[in-house]
Amino acid sequence: MKKYSIFSLARNALTKHENWEANWRSPEPKKAYDAIIIGGGGHGLATAYYLAKLHGMKNIAVLEKGWLGGGNTGRNTTIVRSNYLWDEAAALYEKSLKLWEGLSQDLNYNVMFSQRGVYSLGHNLQDMRDIQRRVNANRLNGVDSELLNKEQVQKAIPLLNCSPDARYPVLGASYQARAGTARHDAVAWGYARAADALGVDIIQNCEVTGIRRDGAKVVGVDTSRGYIQAPKVGVVVAGNSSVLADMAGIRMPVESHPLQAYVSEAIKPVLDTVVMSNAVHGYISQSDKGDLVIGAGIDSYNGYGQRGSFTVIEHTMAAILEMFPTFSRVKMNRQWGGIVDTCPDACPILSKTPVQGLYFNCGWGTGGFKATPGSGWAFAHTLAHDEPHELNAPFSLDRFISGKLIDEHGAAGVAH
Amino acid sequence: MLQLQCPFCGLRDESEFSFGGEAHIARPLEPDALSDEEWADYLFNRSNVKGFHREMWLHAAGCRQWFYAIRNTVSYEFTAFYRVGDPLPDLPNRSVPGAAK
Ligand SMILES: Cc1cc2nc3c(=O)[nH]c(=O)nc-3n(C[C@H](O)[C@H](O)[C@H](O)COP(=O)(O)OP(=O)(O)OC[C@H]3O[C@@H](n4cnc5c(N)ncnc54)[C@H](O)[C@@H]3O)c2cc1C
Ligand SMILES: [Zn+2]
Repeated sequence: MKKYSIFSLARNALTKHENWEANWRSPEPKKAYDAIIIGGGGHGLATAYYLAKLHGMKNIAVLEKGWLGGGNTGRNTTIVRSNYLWDEAAALYEKSLKLWEGLSQDLNYNVMFSQRGVYSLGHNLQDMRDIQRRVNANRLNGVDSELLNKEQVQKAIPLLNCSPDARYPVLGASYQARAGTARHDAVAWGYARAADALGVDIIQNCEVTGIRRDGAKVVGVDTSRGYIQAPKVGVVVAGNSSVLADMAGIRMPVESHPLQAYVSEAIKPVLDTVVMSNAVHGYISQSDKGDLVIGAGIDSYNGYGQRGSFTVIEHTMAAILEMFPTFSRVKMNRQWGGIVDTCPDACPILSKTPVQGLYFNCGWGTGGFKATPGSGWAFAHTLAHDEPHELNAPFSLDRFISGKLIDEHGAAGVAH
Repeated sequence: MLQLQCPFCGLRDESEFSFGGEAHIARPLEPDALSDEEWADYLFNRSNVKGFHREMWLHAAGCRQWFYAIRNTVSYEFTAFYRVGDPLPDLPNRSVPGAAK
């Protein structure tokens, strides 16, 4: 791998940028690997990278049915934060945020991580009490978090409608200054390039169609490019988790739902931070290109079609205009959907399974982009040691049997 | 927007309905006799089918009755609507692209 630097940029400028080397090889799949990761989204690629970098497992492959980042990784609204309520969640997401803070350097790839801060608005007394509780919990867990009153919020976000006449008046907010956004595609590409440099085979257009078991043990996977053997298989396929679980003959506590996002036409810089509201249920930021990046809630029904319903578009736009009436004349440019795998307690599953050698990383639902580095880091540990790290042990499948759920529903500000 | 055929009111827009999840999950008759694993399976695990899904809907802004539907979870096409107590309509006998074989 040739290192990216100011010098490589200058050198390539001289040849009109026509000689940049490919970011990763695209080898033919081998007959056997020490481990296979199914799913070339951010979480799968990060898992492969940390397996190779930290656990010395280099004979591994990432199998992706489409293109890298073509799932939720390349479809999300890129909010990164770690101000979760419960200790277990705060620890996992904060580990991730710490990795984000050094990620561009670590990968030698600019993931455009921008710590522009995230505001979670409160609109009534109960909101404010919940926010205060969460801010206190965050601080006890060493996660930066601040409680702001209405005047502070208005000063920081001049366009926000803080009028007492608003249908849902703003009373205050929680604020995490180290939170922000990142470039989603770059995260997939950066991890892929760095993993490839460590010897990981990244294989696109390779759909897994079956998981083979020998009794209680996994032995390999059938793919659109033939059978591949491996004693360890990590499944990281987000919305398709139940489909893969079915192939292995196990059941999962996840359901797949469409989640939509929207961008407007590009306008001049008007919003230099991220604003989210649970009560009116919408969130917004502005990309470096100038378009407003908008999202809200899932479509209520189960679905695998990567699109959603118009009712949700209408609801989302109403929520954004409640917060920012000035945007009523901005034209929306594009809308799309991803398929998110939601868990009953709105927390992920990073776990061994009843099948030996088979591991699942799923259930991130509407909010796993922020967790990409930490998820890959903890899942790599789990695969390498056949044991969860203490960070992800609470997120094992057996919590649904013991009843020790981590109920981040509603607790986590907003679900993204 | 989806349109649903409420068995009581006729064809209406999705915005009048709320989704009730997977249908026909029978409540265990003897909950005390279940192991923790079986109880967890009943409470939390779902088939989450990629293909034809039997599901519950409530006509929330209409007659407020619950009913069942069969829907293709990839194309979102409904193939049947039926009332509680009706005989179960068959699942369509065609494959759905991308579904588990
Ligand atoms: C509209 C939207 C907005 C969101 N906003 C945010 C946000 O602001 N902040 C945040 O933190 N999170 C957000 N999320 C959630 C976040 O995008 C996901 O949690 C995260 O990206 C999941 O990453 P992943 O790598 O696990 O999954 P994915 O990126 O979906 O990758 C899974 C991959 O598996 C592949 N695959 C599936 N089946 C197979 C098979 N049989 N064989 C081989 N490969 C297969 C898929 O093609 C896909 O590329 C949002 C999601 C959506 C849809
Ligand atoms: Zn009706």
